[in-house]
Amino acid sequence: MPVISIGNLVKTFGAIRALDGLDLHVEQGEVHGFLGPNGSGKSTTIRILLGLLRRDSGDAKVLGADPWRDAVRLHRRLAYVPGDVSLWPNLTGGEAIDLLGQLRGGLDRRRRDELLHRFDLDPTRRCRTYSKGNRQKVAIVAAFSSPVELYVLDEPTSGLDPLMEAVFQDEVRRVKQAGATVLLSSHVLAEVEALCDRVSIIREGRTVESGTLTQLRHLTRTAVTVETARPVTGLDALPGVHDVHEVDGRTHLEVEPAHLDELLGQLIRFGVRALTSTPPTLEQLFLRHYGDDPAATAGTDAPATAASGAPAAGSSDADVQADAPQGGAR
Amino acid sequence: MSALTGTTRLARLVLRRDRIRLTIWILGTPLLGYALAGSVAGIYPDQETRLGYATTSASSLVARAFNGPIHGTDLGAVVVAETYVTLALIVALLSTFAVTRHTRQNEETGRAELLGANVVGRYAPLTAALIVIVAANTVAAVLLAVALVGAGLPLAGSVAAAAAIGGVGVAFTAIAAVTAQLSVTSRGANALAAATLGLSFVLRAAGDVLGEQSADGTRVRSAWPSWISPLGWGNQVRAFDGERWWVLALPVALLLAGVALAYTLAERRDQGAGLIAPRRGPATGAPRLLSPTGLAWRMQRGTLLGWAVGVAVLGLSMGVAADEFNDMIDANPAAAEAINAMGGGADLINAYLAAMLGLFALTIGAYVVQALLRVRGDEADGVLEAALATAVSRTRWLGTQVLAATLGAVALLLLAGVTTGLGYGIVTGDPLGQAVELGGAALLRLPALLVIAGVVTAIFGLLPRWSVVLSWTALLVFLLLGQLGAVLELPQAALNVSPYTHVPAVPAVDPAALPLVVLAAVAAALLAVGVAAFRHRDVPS
Repeated sequence: MPVISIGNLVKTFGAIRALDGLDLHVEQGEVHGFLGPNGSGKSTTIRILLGLLRRDSGDAKVLGADPWRDAVRLHRRLAYVPGDVSLWPNLTGGEAIDLLGQLRGGLDRRRRDELLHRFDLDPTRRCRTYSKGNRQKVAIVAAFSSPVELYVLDEPTSGLDPLMEAVFQDEVRRVKQAGATVLLSSHVLAEVEALCDRVSIIREGRTVESGTLTQLRHLTRTAVTVETARPVTGLDALPGVHDVHEVDGRTHLEVEPAHLDELLGQLIRFGVRALTSTPPTLEQLFLRHYGDDPAATAGTDAPATAASGAPAAGSSDADVQADAPQGGAR
Repeated sequence: MSALTGTTRLARLVLRRDRIRLTIWILGTPLLGYALAGSVAGIYPDQETRLGYATTSASSLVARAFNGPIHGTDLGAVVVAETYVTLALIVALLSTFAVTRHTRQNEETGRAELLGANVVGRYAPLTAALIVIVAANTVAAVLLAVALVGAGLPLAGSVAAAAAIGGVGVAFTAIAAVTAQLSVTSRGANALAAATLGLSFVLRAAGDVLGEQSADGTRVRSAWPSWISPLGWGNQVRAFDGERWWVLALPVALLLAGVALAYTLAERRDQGAGLIAPRRGPATGAPRLLSPTGLAWRMQRGTLLGWAVGVAVLGLSMGVAADEFNDMIDANPAAAEAINAMGGGADLINAYLAAMLGLFALTIGAYVVQALLRVRGDEADGVLEAALATAVSRTRWLGTQVLAATLGAVALLLLAGVTTGLGYGIVTGDPLGQAVELGGAALLRLPALLVIAGVVTAIFGLLPRWSVVLSWTALLVFLLLGQLGAVLELPQAALNVSPYTHVPAVPAVDPAALPLVVLAAVAAALLAVGVAAFRHRDVPS
């Protein structure tokens, strides 16, 4: 049974169509990455899942229940970390954690104290005096102190340092081990890569991609640089090969993973002296989807359609490649 | 002079940021002074009425405590007695908030850091703020003097009175400059300065109450506590009664001392730090905090305590004043008419008491609005979202807030009635009986307050974005209908809009059950609408 199952979800705010037929399926026990550019509808989706916003149309089920009608019952079984944590300014961090935990139906005191220690959070300070990162820690500690079935995390680590990021990742793995499900909205791609079993990418209120990272990688072209004994010809005629150009006797090109075989078969005939193949980085993957032209990413459910959309994204890919050696997630 | 580099530019920035506030302050104070002077002149047109006023004011402890010492029967002296405390409190608060806004608040928000990284000296931000605020006080005082002369008062006295009020502003500019160095938060800095203002008020009131009445009965010579209160100095200038100009040196001396102290403190601390470390609190939440009810109480209790102190002090004073009321009526027939219009009924004392309880009910209406609008504040801040993502239903959450506000209103009403009764009873010899009777009479105003709670809740449910504006507007309309409705001869249908119109003016008239039941039913309907709308809308919206 899926823990979260959303189909054709629509939500409008006045004239703005925030969600426009969004689909999202999260299976029990998985860590599901929820990605998309700012303003694409991630937080709106999460608020509908929490029963804070009311959907205009479409289906939404959380843990088998209706998130709007059964909000209170559901909230006993899930914990939420908002993207922009605001707290009661005159309560201390410790009081805020206990309050949120108690309102959710109780927390594990031992875990709470351990988490406070691991996140290095001083619980005696007033929430007013906390930095953004520390407010986030309060919400994270409150969430992970509750033994629940589903954790809904909306950009939970945007203010944390790398050390705390590591502690956070440990915690996600721990609750996953315990059988819980995690919906993780994030812009930290290294975090997504390290934690998520599957990801969904949304854009302008629609899901444009969903699957494991390996599956998604197959939708993006690999960059190949080759040095041959004789000048290479006939590449433009090959299916799935793009952006061929020569610099200092080396040939640079991009190829769709499905057509690597044909490319290699062709290259061998010209005496390969050196060849590097760079798999698409996560950044490239996402930039392709986050880019300006929705037509380039629309309807990419199958590899074939992804390929047909590729030329439109060509220029942004080239930009990314220049950065890839420094900026690559791998 | 490198520590002051950039002061001129920063002063221009202060002027630019506050151009509207400063304009309202500088023009508003003289205009208010002019209007008040005119109305006082209308009520006390001749020597006879002013003699009565001065004698009553000098012998009444309540008048001394709230209005300060009277200095003779000149029209100007009466104007000062009637307006000085109000105007002084206003300029003291305006100066305090302005200093904090341009010093500690900049540090708190990080703006000071952004500025401090530029070519700006260490003392420049504080100096720039002080220059502008002292100048604002000076210009406002000059215009106030012009306004008083324009209202027909003698030149020397007008200048002295205006300078006395400006002096209070300058004194609290200095005090706020120091408190801004002490507390880490602007809230804390303002609270420290406001506490100093409160202490100044109490010291001045004590000094004036303990003072002696002069032989002719129209003057009060304040005792020493008034002299250690910056608020009391203005009275000691004795405007319109042989001005003592040298007293005006006191606020100037305080300004110099305060600025010196503030610089010394600023020199010894880090940017953004204070001398009072922020208080630590408990590392765990006490069980009584960990529920919507516990949280509502915790959020409400500070405000409620402040209200309780204010209501109790006012209640006791109003009660004690009830006995002096007869004397004042003799001296001032216009006031008697006003009371009659407000309270109604034949027995003037009961009319007075009913009018006072009515005023309390109106004021406590502001508490109800303030307390309930907290939910909207929480929604705008994002705290409500975090709370509603837990296993607490919207009905329970909103219901708890309404209940907390209602219980607070009950407590304040009861306190208002009981303290008024105690004050009146102490003078007439029946404190317990009066406390019980007036406490009960005050509670009869509760249904009107429930309607206010219902109005705010309904607005919060239906038009959340407009909650703040519409709620306060509703209360203001009720206030104006109650205060001016009769004067403006509005039709009864218009007056009936206000819930306060329907509350029987006990003890001036006999209590009646029907209007109270109807009010309660209207309140229940409004509450139901508000809760239902809140349950069916988006959060946040």
